[in-house]
Amino acid sequence: MKQSTLLRLAGQSIVKNKMRTGLTMLGIVIGVAAVIVMVAVGQGAQSTIRKQINSLGTNLIMITPGTTSQGGVSQGAQTFNRLSVADAEKIKAEATTLAGVSPVINTRTQVIGGSGNWRAPVAGVSTDYTTIRDWDVTSGEVFTDLDQTSARKVVLLGSTVARNLFPDEDPVGSQVQLGSVPFTVIGVLATKGQTASGSDQDDVVLVPYTTAQARLSGFAFLGQIIASTTNASDLPAAQDEITAIMHESHNLGDGVPDDFTVRNQNDLAATATSTTQVMSWLLAAIASVSLVVGGIGIMNIMLVSVTERTREIGIRMAIGARGSDVLTQFLVESIVMSLLGGIIGVAIGLGGAMALAHFTGWTTATPPIAVAVAVGFSAAVGVFFGYYPARKAAALNPIQALRYE
Amino acid sequence: MNTTLQAPIAAVKSGASTSYNSVTDSLLPKAVIQLHEVQKVYRSGANEVQALRHVDLTIRKGELVAIMGASGSGKSTLMNILGCLDVPTRGSYLLDGIRVDGLSRDALADLRNQKLGFIFQGFNLLARTSAVDNVELPLLYDRSGIKRDSRALAMHALQRVGLADRYEHQPSELSGGQQQRVAIARALVTEPTLLLADEPTGNLDSRTSVEVMALFQELNEAGITIVVVTHEPDIASYATRVVEVRDGRILRDHPVENRRNAAADLVVLDASARPDEPEYSSESLVEVS
Repeated sequence: MKQSTLLRLAGQSIVKNKMRTGLTMLGIVIGVAAVIVMVAVGQGAQSTIRKQINSLGTNLIMITPGTTSQGGVSQGAQTFNRLSVADAEKIKAEATTLAGVSPVINTRTQVIGGSGNWRAPVAGVSTDYTTIRDWDVTSGEVFTDLDQTSARKVVLLGSTVARNLFPDEDPVGSQVQLGSVPFTVIGVLATKGQTASGSDQDDVVLVPYTTAQARLSGFAFLGQIIASTTNASDLPAAQDEITAIMHESHNLGDGVPDDFTVRNQNDLAATATSTTQVMSWLLAAIASVSLVVGGIGIMNIMLVSVTERTREIGIRMAIGARGSDVLTQFLVESIVMSLLGGIIGVAIGLGGAMALAHFTGWTTATPPIAVAVAVGFSAAVGVFFGYYPARKAAALNPIQALRYE
Repeated sequence: MNTTLQAPIAAVKSGASTSYNSVTDSLLPKAVIQLHEVQKVYRSGANEVQALRHVDLTIRKGELVAIMGASGSGKSTLMNILGCLDVPTRGSYLLDGIRVDGLSRDALADLRNQKLGFIFQGFNLLARTSAVDNVELPLLYDRSGIKRDSRALAMHALQRVGLADRYEHQPSELSGGQQQRVAIARALVTEPTLLLADEPTGNLDSRTSVEVMALFQELNEAGITIVVVTHEPDIASYATRVVEVRDGRILRDHPVENRRNAAADLVVLDASARPDEPEYSSESLVEVS
């Protein structure tokens, strides 16, 4: 039998039983739509997290004090913060693999200027900082080496701070007071948005670390040192190098555990995405249960259909249909039904994902591969659940089938 | 029609094998059906039912044979075997020279498609499918690979049974007689060696029955071999030969004397009957086996 004939037969049968076919297809439609929406939400979450992590900067390495704990017991004899500006300067001087290094001295102070005052975190950083974090200024300039070496009282405002203190004007050139010390605003940073944990990265004030040490507090130790490499492939070598330099800087002998932790951004990203990946797999798995239920619905209807059309099968066999002709006919019918359901399901799923994105503000993303897999899977459901009824039809005895009332 | 085509086979007593003269055999039309020592045994649990015992039967090209018998006589089993829907337990069956016994399911299906045309009591048309689609159906299962315009052939077959103008109608929109004519067109469309009709008039009123038989006689005169299974003597009287089956054996096998002409009967019927209530002598035809 020709393929076009088979498709026409399947089409006729589907059209003849519109209501029943529609309801049967609904199972597949819902299943596929659910899978698509769930994948879209999962993928959207992943891409959001990846974007947030990338907003920290590219090829970022973070050096933080303390060691990781082992088995819940903190390691390291004196685990107080021994990270110092000297460490950062030593890394800067000795490391060969790095594109930039910056200490980050954190404090929090009242920023006074413009139309009012604003309590903001202040970070003392080096001239490399904006490069490391891939952070541009929207107006003004970044720090110069001279600003750093001379410990000039210059400041870069994060966009949140700038907006709150200078709502209607460009703050570049204005004076602000950090605590009681007057600073000149030399630039406003571009907006970065939120971090993965939801804190506002733009609510920050940057000053040269030398200035922070001299004018704001007597920090000898600092919260973290950040660095970056030019290429992601250099990250492991850079981490090893930093570890070696830090080991030497802290006078740690062989076999003494590190009193610091070196992590790169990719590790962070991997952890975060693996979590969301598990989530999205879980969601897709739950959704695909409904696809299986839909498949069972198809099998059920096909079994009913075979019984109902026993006489038709008998007629076809009497006039020369082989078992394989009957098998193919019913199989094509169930595949057409599930494939059609799959395609409608994809359409509804994509629409649903868009609606969800519109109403909740979540990011959703549907990779084309997910659509292809969903459609392919629905066709597979048709084959799997259609085979048994079709096989049953093909095995009928024509004499009994013809006599069937 | 011409009595020269009537089977010369001697009617024999039950169980005895048919014998014929091999010298005259070559002068006779080609044998379409040759059953030799055919037996069919059904087994259900410990019980054995002998549906057919030692049946010998030869049907030649151009015959219109009526197979008669009561319920349980074995005529349905014989019909199923002739129709390649079932195979004999023992014995041999040659259909148009092809040995049927021992063939696979698929080979039987192909044989039904190529050699046979079925006409059933209940018409057995596909519901909600137009007449022409129904007629075209056997051609769709054709595996001979010969390119044919199946649509045109189906239309031609409908024309042959006088229903060309109803080709778009679905079975539910046709009368019983028209449905049976569509079924006959479907049986004819593949140009089969043999038409097999199983109680073709069983679901029809007496006038329509005569109509169908008139069509059979017309087709038979055009050279088509037809086997009609029936339990109605009136229907059998339109055949050229009657084979009576009882208890799984052929009881009698004889040519029809005083064979009736269905077309002529129709003229008489239409003349005598009032237009609103057609009448026919034997109202006892309705019962179904």
